[in-house]
Amino acid sequence: MPSDAERELKRLTRRGFITMAAAAGAGYAGWKWLRTRDRDGGLEWPLRKALQANESLAETYFSRARLSPSFRLSDVTRARLNGRLGLQSPIDLDAWRLKIEGAAAAASLTMDDIRALPRHEQITELRCIEGWSIIVKWSGARLADLIAKYPPPELTKFVGLETPDRGYYVGLDLESAMHPQTLLAYEMNDSPLQTLHGAPLRLAIPVKYGIKNIKRIGTLRYTNVRPADFWAERGYDWYAGH
Amino acid sequence: MKQLTKKHPLAIRWFHWLNFPLLALMIWSGVLIYWAYPRYATLPQTWWRAMHVNNRLAEGMALHFFFMWFFMINGVLYVLYTLLSGEWRELVPNRHSFREAWQTMLHDLGIRKEAPPPRKFNGAQQIAYTGVVLMGLGSLLSGLAIYKPVQFAWLTRLFLGYQGARFVHFALTVGYILFFIVHVAQVIRAGWNNFRAMVIGIEVKEVPDAE
Repeated sequence: MPSDAERELKRLTRRGFITMAAAAGAGYAGWKWLRTRDRDGGLEWPLRKALQANESLAETYFSRARLSPSFRLSDVTRARLNGRLGLQSPIDLDAWRLKIEGAAAAASLTMDDIRALPRHEQITELRCIEGWSIIVKWSGARLADLIAKYPPPELTKFVGLETPDRGYYVGLDLESAMHPQTLLAYEMNDSPLQTLHGAPLRLAIPVKYGIKNIKRIGTLRYTNVRPADFWAERGYDWYAGH
Repeated sequence: MKQLTKKHPLAIRWFHWLNFPLLALMIWSGVLIYWAYPRYATLPQTWWRAMHVNNRLAEGMALHFFFMWFFMINGVLYVLYTLLSGEWRELVPNRHSFREAWQTMLHDLGIRKEAPPPRKFNGAQQIAYTGVVLMGLGSLLSGLAIYKPVQFAWLTRLFLGYQGARFVHFALTVGYILFFIVHVAQVIRAGWNNFRAMVIGIEVKEVPDAE
């Protein structure tokens, strides 16, 4: 090989590998930077911001008309019990009330008030954020019907839901709360809700991960600031929407 | 006589080398997610712990949903580049590729003497490099089917449901790992000149003497 070609090869090789080493160094520095940022809800803030950007994008695409697929009764799987947060304290089902806060007039509803709303049934998939999913038949009232009956103030953007002892709490965007498959469920697989499945009233919301399907709802609050969310405070996506 | 010849365009080299850490991050954050529900294959707890992947689901999801954009953009730009530059002609298999890939495999296993043709990419490479791009597309689509199974219910249905999409997403990841093992072994076999060409774009080629 002529010596000038050899020299050229050496020069290009040096340049190429130095560029690659510099790029690798820059990538590593970027990674270190990312992982050392201040945390927001248990996540480095750029990762939290990215989840929020994904959320904004998902909200522009979201439509109440798109439904979670329905299944047959024979597709229903064994109900898996997951999560006892907010269920540890004793509950007197007769004394239970659903408190509505942030509406024009505060309200306190009994189960009879909930049952007076039109009853809906659906067989849908509950998808846990861990990856497993089950098929459940839910019966209950549409959250949208309750919201229509107890309308929120004009600027309401969110609905916050809490267990009576506030051991568990979730936040929902109003659009997802108004989805026709978002139910205040009082029956599961044709039986009244069991205590550990959230008696007397829980949320069935197939447009969200399982973590938003709060059990034993005690308080419903309209708000225009993002409500606190138990898992979003522990590194998970606040939106968690499907 | 030996001569310096151009092999890989600058853009292709950047796409290739950026894809390596991006795919590695997607796989690693995917393992953090998979740990929470290791449905298809599991490891003893001590192994998970040794890999430091236990109890990191939230972190895994946040990283996955951050780096997915970079992984996707890099892949889309790569495909666009190969289409616009005409590089796709070297990469996409043709009707000879499958026979040639078989012969290449026999050659690599030491069964067949005759070497594959000295083109930029032989049939086996064309199938592998086009296949892995299609796998990437499969990962994006099955990933979207898992990410938004209600808004994209039609897509999730194509994967036979939520768990079907999860299985495809997982199987493709195993596929990348197998691809990586074979790819690195072949690069080592092919030698320094071939590897250097992926870094600097230039290859030393033997050409017949002019006289």
